Amino acid sequence: MRLSLLLTLILLSIGGYYLGRRRAFAVAGGHIRHLHSLPSFYGSYAALWCGLPALIVFALWIVLQPNVITDLVVAGMPPELRNLPPDRLNLAINDLKNLVSGNIVSSAPDPAMLAAADHYRNLQVIGNASLWVVALTLAIAGIVHAWRSISPTLRARNRVERVIDLFLIISSTVAIFTTIGIVLSVVFESILFFHKVPITEFLFGLQWSPQTALRSDQVGSSGAFGSVPLFTGTLLISGIAMLVAVPIGLMSALFLSEYATPRFRAIAKPALEILAGIPTVVYGFFAALTVAPLIRQIGTALGLHVASESALAAGLVMGIMIIPFVSSLSDDVINAVPQSMRDGSYALGATRSETIKRVLLPAALPGIVGSILLAVSRAIGETMIVVMAAGLSANLTANPLAAVTTVTVQIVTLLTGDQEFDSAKTLAAFALGLLLFTVTLILNVIALHVVRKYREQYE
Amino acid sequence: MSTHKPTVHPGLTRPERDIKTIVNASLARRNAAERRFRWYGLIAIGLGLTFVVLMFSNIIGRGYPAFWQAYIQIPITFDPAVIDPDGQRDPRALANADYAALVRAGMRQLFPDVQGRQELRALYGLTSSDAAFELQTRVQQNPKLIGMEQEVWLLASATVDTFIKGNINRALDESERPIKDNQIEWIDKLQTTGKIEKQFNSILFSRGDSREPEQAGIRGALMGSLFTLMVTFLLSFPIGVATAVYLEEFAPKNRWTDLIEVNINNLAAVPSIVFGLLGLAVFINFFGLPRSAPLVGGLVLSLMTLPVIIIAGRAALTSVPPSIREAALGMGASKLQTVGHHVLPLAMPGMLTGSIIGMARALGESAPLLMIGMVAFIVDVPKSFLDPATVLPVQIYLWSDLPERAFVERTSAAIMVLLAFMILMNGLAIVLRRRFERRW
Repeated sequence: MRLSLLLTLILLSIGGYYLGRRRAFAVAGGHIRHLHSLPSFYGSYAALWCGLPALIVFALWIVLQPNVITDLVVAGMPPELRNLPPDRLNLAINDLKNLVSGNIVSSAPDPAMLAAADHYRNLQVIGNASLWVVALTLAIAGIVHAWRSISPTLRARNRVERVIDLFLIISSTVAIFTTIGIVLSVVFESILFFHKVPITEFLFGLQWSPQTALRSDQVGSSGAFGSVPLFTGTLLISGIAMLVAVPIGLMSALFLSEYATPRFRAIAKPALEILAGIPTVVYGFFAALTVAPLIRQIGTALGLHVASESALAAGLVMGIMIIPFVSSLSDDVINAVPQSMRDGSYALGATRSETIKRVLLPAALPGIVGSILLAVSRAIGETMIVVMAAGLSANLTANPLAAVTTVTVQIVTLLTGDQEFDSAKTLAAFALGLLLFTVTLILNVIALHVVRKYREQYE
Repeated sequence: MSTHKPTVHPGLTRPERDIKTIVNASLARRNAAERRFRWYGLIAIGLGLTFVVLMFSNIIGRGYPAFWQAYIQIPITFDPAVIDPDGQRDPRALANADYAALVRAGMRQLFPDVQGRQELRALYGLTSSDAAFELQTRVQQNPKLIGMEQEVWLLASATVDTFIKGNINRALDESERPIKDNQIEWIDKLQTTGKIEKQFNSILFSRGDSREPEQAGIRGALMGSLFTLMVTFLLSFPIGVATAVYLEEFAPKNRWTDLIEVNINNLAAVPSIVFGLLGLAVFINFFGLPRSAPLVGGLVLSLMTLPVIIIAGRAALTSVPPSIREAALGMGASKLQTVGHHVLPLAMPGMLTGSIIGMARALGESAPLLMIGMVAFIVDVPKSFLDPATVLPVQIYLWSDLPERAFVERTSAAIMVLLAFMILMNGLAIVLRRRFERRW
């Protein structure tokens, strides 16, 4: 239905293109040199006039129609339905929509609902029909307008290019809107959350057990929303990950850029980067099914108590994931150090490793620190490995053999259950998201700034 | 340096040693340090590569048996009295008949001496509940079967499958393994007569999710991934290319474009789960789009992929030499014509390479999709952008949580499929780069 309208509009626009071109030839008397622009621009001009307004109306219509119809139907419902409390009304509307689309409904439909469903269906038919009429009218009016305004002096190219320019500019603002969207969505929900739970408790509380009461008189229902255990857990796992990733990543970057033959480098570098291409869910599976039992076995053999979801397993595997991240970033940084500095050091009789340790590393240090910070931010935000391999209980501990939980794990568990959207539980997830976003943003800004500063130093 | 004679400085009390001796004295130590350092580097790379090999061999080792599945050859009598007592060949009667009874009769025919309720139930437990559906589709496709007798290969249950593959230790006590002694005896008998065998597991690729491991497939997840990626590509590629072109070719250098640039670089490093929160709050709660839909998943993933495509696109555009632009402008082309006719086609391979890598990353992404409800248990294969669906990595996550041994195997197999797609896409990107990349 809508797809066919879309196709019709596209076909009409293509038709508009040819009409516009023919019109241009006609008004020019067959001599292109009389025209301001190339004929194809007149064609595009007509196509844009035909397609663009109609498509904009089409898009807006699709977005707005369901809400308008729902409002109209609710307004037309009998008062006993209309005056239900909002959440019951929402349920009724859901039932209504299911009735309309012919799905199974939660309860046997009463006559009022059936009438409302009929009303809904009627409005839908009317809405769709009028969309067709409006869109086609607009498209044809656009063609007519273009047809009449095409003349040899019409600056068709400039107008078409203006539209394309606009498209480019709008596209480039999508990134800005994404950031604004992220900030607004987490901040709004977090403010709601901080109305229920004081911000100081959230930031400094040492207890995390996000259980809220379903009924107000329930026993043991006081939730605790202190995020400190989550952050220590996140830092513990990220710390273990960095202990694995930084030495291995940095040393392999140094070896590949300073020692390796071109052939070895050509094979080993992409082979290492395979690690970066493996989806995180695969790492999670590997951590949960292979590494965690292995660590537990080793631990038990040594007489240690190891939790089956130990921080060590998740951290180790996360470290493996981050190796290529550290190594390729430090590789860039090391290669940016001018060759003259190495040559100077060799000329003084230093060995390669001395050159690396005394000249290269100090010179590249800011860049390396920047890339490590980026890796840390990556580790903090990593989700699937910890969801699959780390625990759920929020323990405030620094013991890598114990089970800890992280910010991302909690966000996932809070939001994948079934609960109403405005409970403290779900809102807490957004507050955690805000915290996560802020921390990683700060890390990223510092890291990107440091790396950029460093690059400029040697350019 | 060697001709340098030791000199006695006036202020010193003892003569300095020869510099050559100083250097030589420490040389052995320094060379050892050098060798050690070299080894550290080699060990680091070795460790990294070991991890790659370990992961792959671990996954493949676990997953490859899942591509085969146990089937039992059962003599089936398509008894008209059971299937179609009226003899009308009414499609509804054919659809609702008790095909499980046929399977049970066949099993009894295989083992005539099994008696007693419990024993018989254990015997019937060897086949999957899918066997009855298989017979149903066969009869529906070909009603002439009714009244005939046929040997039919029917799906065995997941426990039998696991046992056949040697993943259940028969030395264990009966109470500790999911398969009973009498069942093992029957399976052994079937094996000696060749009536049980492993066939290619086509169900894995042709069905949606299921609670029964032997009937679970990844087709639903694959289609979900396909729809999601289509949305992602259709949105992020045009917008990404347009942004890259604008920033690189048209944008004036001012605060606004600086802001956009910083923004894009930051977005590239924002944790993926935060994009999921955005999708949940904006697309689902604010715009009221359906949960679990590939459309929403695609929207979220395209926002995530955009920075990757923009950054790759800008790199591709900067690598086109300015002389090309100057030549086009010199011939009287407008700025937009220059870009559209000359710069963009030359930069396109680089942009495509970047987009494919971005798409591969989007294919493997699961965290943001958990937020927007693509974790539901969905049996039906999605047919449109609005059907509830899940994607391949999320299916892997869901299966990895299930305790059955047979699911561990299938999870690994699904991972192998996912990795195969990743390798395919990255390989495509490499081929594109090799074939079309120009050095100016």
